[in-house]
Amino acid sequence: MRIAWRELRRRPSRFVTATAILTLLATLLMLLGGLLDGLIDGATSAVAAQRGGIIVFSSTSEKSFPRSRISPSLRATVAQVPGVVDVGGIGVAQLGARVPGNGPRDLADVALFGYELAPRGVPAPPGPGEAYADRSLERKGIHPGVTIEVGPARTPIRIVGMVDGLSYSDQGTLWSSPDTWRNATNANLPEAGVGPGVFQALVVRVDPGADPAAVARRIDGRTGGATESLSLGAAVNALPGVSQQRSTFNQIIGVTIVIAVVVVALFFALLTVERAGLYAVLKALGATSQTLFGGVVLQGVVVTALATAVGTVIALAIDIAIPPGSIPYTLLPSRVLTSALALLLAAVFGCVFSLRRVLRIDPASAIGTGQ
Amino acid sequence: MTTTASSHRQIAPPALEMTNVRKVYPMGDDEVVALDHATLTLGSDEIVALLGPSGSGKTTLCSIAGGLLTPTAGSVVVGGQDITAYNTKRLAKFRQETVGFVFQSVNLVPFLTARENLLVVNELGRRTGKQQARSRADQLLEELGLSDRRDNLPSQLSGGQRQRVAIGRALMNEPELVLFDEPTSALDTHLGEQVMQLIRSEMKSRGTAAVVVTHDERIVHYTDRTVRITDGVLHA
Ligand SMILES: Nc1ncnc2c1ncn2[C@@H]1O[C@H](COP(=O)(O)OP(=O)(O)OP(=O)(O)O)[C@@H](O)[C@H]1O
Ligand SMILES: [Mg+2]
Repeated sequence: MRIAWRELRRRPSRFVTATAILTLLATLLMLLGGLLDGLIDGATSAVAAQRGGIIVFSSTSEKSFPRSRISPSLRATVAQVPGVVDVGGIGVAQLGARVPGNGPRDLADVALFGYELAPRGVPAPPGPGEAYADRSLERKGIHPGVTIEVGPARTPIRIVGMVDGLSYSDQGTLWSSPDTWRNATNANLPEAGVGPGVFQALVVRVDPGADPAAVARRIDGRTGGATESLSLGAAVNALPGVSQQRSTFNQIIGVTIVIAVVVVALFFALLTVERAGLYAVLKALGATSQTLFGGVVLQGVVVTALATAVGTVIALAIDIAIPPGSIPYTLLPSRVLTSALALLLAAVFGCVFSLRRVLRIDPASAIGTGQ
Repeated sequence: MTTTASSHRQIAPPALEMTNVRKVYPMGDDEVVALDHATLTLGSDEIVALLGPSGSGKTTLCSIAGGLLTPTAGSVVVGGQDITAYNTKRLAKFRQETVGFVFQSVNLVPFLTARENLLVVNELGRRTGKQQARSRADQLLEELGLSDRRDNLPSQLSGGQRQRVAIGRALMNEPELVLFDEPTSALDTHLGEQVMQLIRSEMKSRGTAAVVVTHDERIVHYTDRTVRITDGVLHA
């Protein structure tokens, strides 16, 4: 172990190639993770910010907000289910918005929410014809005090404040009272028609002592199957494109980790072949295979840890360099941590491929060979 | 009092007792008998030259005496320790603690200094504390005339200096028996004689036994006794 450590310090040039390749792989892994999290965030953050454990859709909606309708009577039924503490209606309309000062064709894509229970980071619903806007819409000239016109009917909406990090289907969000949302929906998407008191879905707060899954089942039972209740996480995953993006990215991430295993395995297998003579001498002096293999693993882990650290710094630098809102890229600490852990495991696993070779080295080959 | 002293000397076990040792290497379907009925006893501070032509079984004998190989038949006792039936793990520990090797080719760890090459032995075995190992290494390097070279890498040393470092490494664990496999074959005549002189004085000053393998007749001047080997059979 000590010898392996000294070799790392005294002959760093031997490990440069492997470290460089692993650094590239680590950077790629962090970038992929950041892109995935950024994409997911852009598609889901408005839903993920809801303060309720359960989202209730109508059963024929296939878990889609635009297709779902919850009538006032259905809502009353849900509110009475044991374990339900609070119920708030929610609905969303995706519209183009005209912003004063922008060209007539330069529409801002917005997702206009009507809500009752304020999600994280959003105040209580504003007055009629007013909305809070997500900060990503600032780029489009949407600021407090500005009145925009949404949809073909040019429904005016006055912006009264900004909120952070809430998007839906990669669109910046507007947060308005239920009536403001209903009016805009009925004026601009007549075929979607939402009647008085109707919502698309319900945000349900569950008694902290109750099991959310059990409460969700109870809701669907009480409504006679008229609703489909999902945990917040499941509702987020059911948003369009989310699970596909996740599985695609996770496959690429998986392949990248496999490549890291192969790189470590090949590199240290070659190194072990090169060191056969040295290992034989050390075994003749009484070193065990465990000690020698421990040294290989130590080197593999140190090289990979270094590569991961550099990769993380590069990924962070990219995060800082990207102008906000241009590319969906969110580097979460949890993602950095899991990527680093995956790489270190890949290193240990890659080293295992050298184990057999280390075990097979015969100490007797150290003596008498006049190499 | 004198009786106690002399009886004490008698109690000291032989450094090596090989009895009827046979070693057979498999060679495809065939077998090679590398050593046959080899019986050899070394006194506790005796230096023996093992002389024989190439392929006669010298390295095989050394490997068995040093616990690098196990015999096909016969028994091997080193410093009173019967290693005949030891498994790989016990043999590794035995090598750590009881024997020293000097190989034909100088096999120093290339990225460690002369001093660290000696300390490797202690790091593998952990017989003594760090401080003790360091002072022992420094003392050995001094005896071997390498004090001013202790922080040099093997690549910065001459062939003779490297072989001296290797001798120091073999002595680090205070062995009962040191096995030299052609220690001078990579050196020129003059240097070879110097190294043999050094080996003799180091062994004698410590009272350590040694087998020196060679096919160079001149080396026998530096040893107490010569054993000849041809085709795996020993002759006094
Ligand atoms: N691993 C092995 N497998 C098969 N045969 C071997 C093996 N090692 C040695 N031999 C054979 O055993 C015999 C003795 O070999 P050994 O290496 O002990 O000779 P040596 O006296 O040391 O020779 P040299 O002076 O050339 O080093 C030789 O015939 C050799 O070919
Ligand atoms: Mg030989």
